Amino acid sequence: MKFRTPLSHARGLGSAKEGTGHWWAQRLTAIALVPLMLWFAWSIIGLTSADYATVHAWIAQPTNAGVLLILIYAAFYHSMLGLQVIIEDYVHVRWMELMLMILVRFASIILGVAAALAVVLIATES
Amino acid sequence: MSSPEASHERPLSPHLQIYRWQITNTLSIVHRLTGFALSAGTLLLVYWLIAVATGPGRFAYAQALITSWPGQLLMLGWTFSLFYHLGNGIRHLSWDAGWGFELKTLRATGWLVVLFSLIMTGVCWWLAGAIPGIAP
Repeated sequence: MKFRTPLSHARGLGSAKEGTGHWWAQRLTAIALVPLMLWFAWSIIGLTSADYATVHAWIAQPTNAGVLLILIYAAFYHSMLGLQVIIEDYVHVRWMELMLMILVRFASIILGVAAALAVVLIATES
Repeated sequence: MSSPEASHERPLSPHLQIYRWQITNTLSIVHRLTGFALSAGTLLLVYWLIAVATGPGRFAYAQALITSWPGQLLMLGWTFSLFYHLGNGIRHLSWDAGWGFELKTLRATGWLVVLFSLIMTGVCWWLAGAIPGIAP
């Protein structure tokens, strides 16, 4: 038996209250990723047949390392938001949706930190 | 979230069973697919960076994986996905700015994105093969 009016019920459930934040973060990271990914593609093309020392030196170069760190942050943030939307759209079993959301969030942070740590290690090694 | 009885058995937009397949919805689906592919592709980026951080042995192994034919096939897929998602992402951003909603413009920019991603994929692979030693 429900004692609350439909309106009060809806208010109680509320929205995620993060709609604009999500939307805005997705756009900001998207804008950032346009030049970042063009730079990345161009760089990778230049490194296709490079040996270990060349690749290592390229990542260790401070500007490259810095831009790579920003790219890693933006890419994982953007991908996390995108995967979240996919889960929201297609997974309709609530507990599964929640589990996947948690998984995507944790995996994004772990992978992002791992990538960033690798860059920092390479940059500080030599 | 509505109550279960309200959300139950409600038809889902965009009514795929009666929806006429066209360029706009195809591009929209491909945008999502490429986004998902790129998310999976971040695993390779992480693996590759860790390999470089670990040392020449691991790096050589990673390079061997990437240059194997399944690796190259994945790289080709990711190159296309990157440029498609980038191009169509800019198309999305233009909609956010309120531009390009007319049906004619919508279709034109759609085909432009397809052309852009195919050309960029080709150019990148040509560059990677033709001038392998360009100074980083």
